[in-house]
Amino acid sequence: MLIDVHAHFYHDRTPRADWRERNASRLSAGDRIGVTHHVASILGSWGLTSPTYFPSPRDLEYGNDALLALVRQHPDRIRGYVTVNPNYAAHARAEIGRSLDAGMVGIKLAASRRATDPLLDPICELARERGVPVLQHVWQHRRRDWPGQEASDGTELATLAARHPGVRFILAHIGGGGDWQHSLAALRTASNVYVDLSGSGVDGGMLEACLESVGVERLLWGTDLTMETGWAKLRYLTHLLSPAQLELVKWKNAARIFPRGAFPGD
Amino acid sequence: MRIDVNAFLGAYPYARVPGTSPDRLLQALDRTAIDEAWVSHLPSLFWRQPMEGNAWLYDTVARERRLRAVPAVHPGLAGWEAALGEAADRGAPAVRCDPPHYGLDPAGPEVRVLAAACGAASLPLVMAVRLEDGRQRHPNDRAGELPAAAVRALIRSDQDVRLLITHADRGFIEEVHFGSTPDEAARIWWDISWIWGPPEDHFETLVETLGVERFVFGTGQPLRIPENAVAKLDLLELGAERRAAVESENARAGLLR
Repeated sequence: MLIDVHAHFYHDRTPRADWRERNASRLSAGDRIGVTHHVASILGSWGLTSPTYFPSPRDLEYGNDALLALVRQHPDRIRGYVTVNPNYAAHARAEIGRSLDAGMVGIKLAASRRATDPLLDPICELARERGVPVLQHVWQHRRRDWPGQEASDGTELATLAARHPGVRFILAHIGGGGDWQHSLAALRTASNVYVDLSGSGVDGGMLEACLESVGVERLLWGTDLTMETGWAKLRYLTHLLSPAQLELVKWKNAARIFPRGAFPGD
Repeated sequence: MRIDVNAFLGAYPYARVPGTSPDRLLQALDRTAIDEAWVSHLPSLFWRQPMEGNAWLYDTVARERRLRAVPAVHPGLAGWEAALGEAADRGAPAVRCDPPHYGLDPAGPEVRVLAAACGAASLPLVMAVRLEDGRQRHPNDRAGELPAAAVRALIRSDQDVRLLITHADRGFIEEVHFGSTPDEAARIWWDISWIWGPPEDHFETLVETLGVERFVFGTGQPLRIPENAVAKLDLLELGAERRAAVESENARAGLLR
């Protein structure tokens, strides 16, 4: 089994005219790599009618519905994170309830609000009640706001995780840009934060540093937008890890933090 | 046959990077089925006198048949003509120049003179757009990225110069290629290390729009894990002939001639 904990799909109301081709391309690349489950999110309209990282409630609902349709279309291969915007607190809670009831298995937070903000607390409390992980978009070592998204880095996610010890958090794409060493240093003792290995970054030494900092039990395999980088990391890990350890990263760690029954045989 | 045209030896000043020794590089070649690597000396890229790393590089590759030296030439320093001549005499596949790291104008007079000299010596000139993602660089790592305009200017500056540009992404490649005449564009080769593969269509599109003959296999190792370039080819079904072109034949026919 190979679980991609950080996948994305598109729909007809995004800027991508080739959205069908890209969705098909992800599934076909996944087949080639051996991905058994794509755990995916759709960030609203991906910028078409509201910003990617500040999605409007209407876009969130449309995107989450589109993802649920994909889950129904590919029940053997696709799982979903419900994406919400913490600035719309009541909507976020309702959308989480609706989407988890419909079969989604986790919560995706874009950078709509800093990870330390109290507005994230009710969402985390709901994650604890429903037993689902929270995937937090992170730009590694971001200490100030940039256009397009709020700051939220490993240090901030560790602070949030300390406030919610009963919730499992996933630090998004350690290879997705920014100083990943800063994040890893912040996560050493944050035992309820897992590191997703996705992102276009394939820096030499990054995987060794992940293992050294958080250990093999807190690493999750994923791809994000670039799947060859995920495949490359998986190949590299076969030389760093024992077969039993590799199984942890490929799927067993993921199966442990997602709700029981999210994947066959877990 | 797989030739990595974009590899380094030696320590990186801004981060602890494993696999920088010759032995470890050879292990990586074995691991990824790379038959030959064109290697540059990484530390001297940051030295005031980058050409001082060439002696170690020549000495090191002389002990291993799978490695070929790509020595540094700094055209703003005395002795660069001799360094270029030595590269030709020793059969180097190319020479490299990194103007942003050397503090040179990438399309300025010194680099243009070097480009012309490389053309005259039939040696391709290697230039890296970047070494690391700009979002993660060390606070003191302030060298700019190689501008696409500089590549266009250099290829226009001499009719014999051939350029091997590494670490370029789709937008950069398209800007240079379609901002050049067909004759100019035919003298530029791009390594695949920084191009996105499936599910995005960057690599696939570039192969169709520029032609497969423009691309060569490069990894950027050990700063980047070499498995990435191999995985990219494995995901994109190019067919045996076009894949072989990228993996070795384009480098042999276009750069080693």
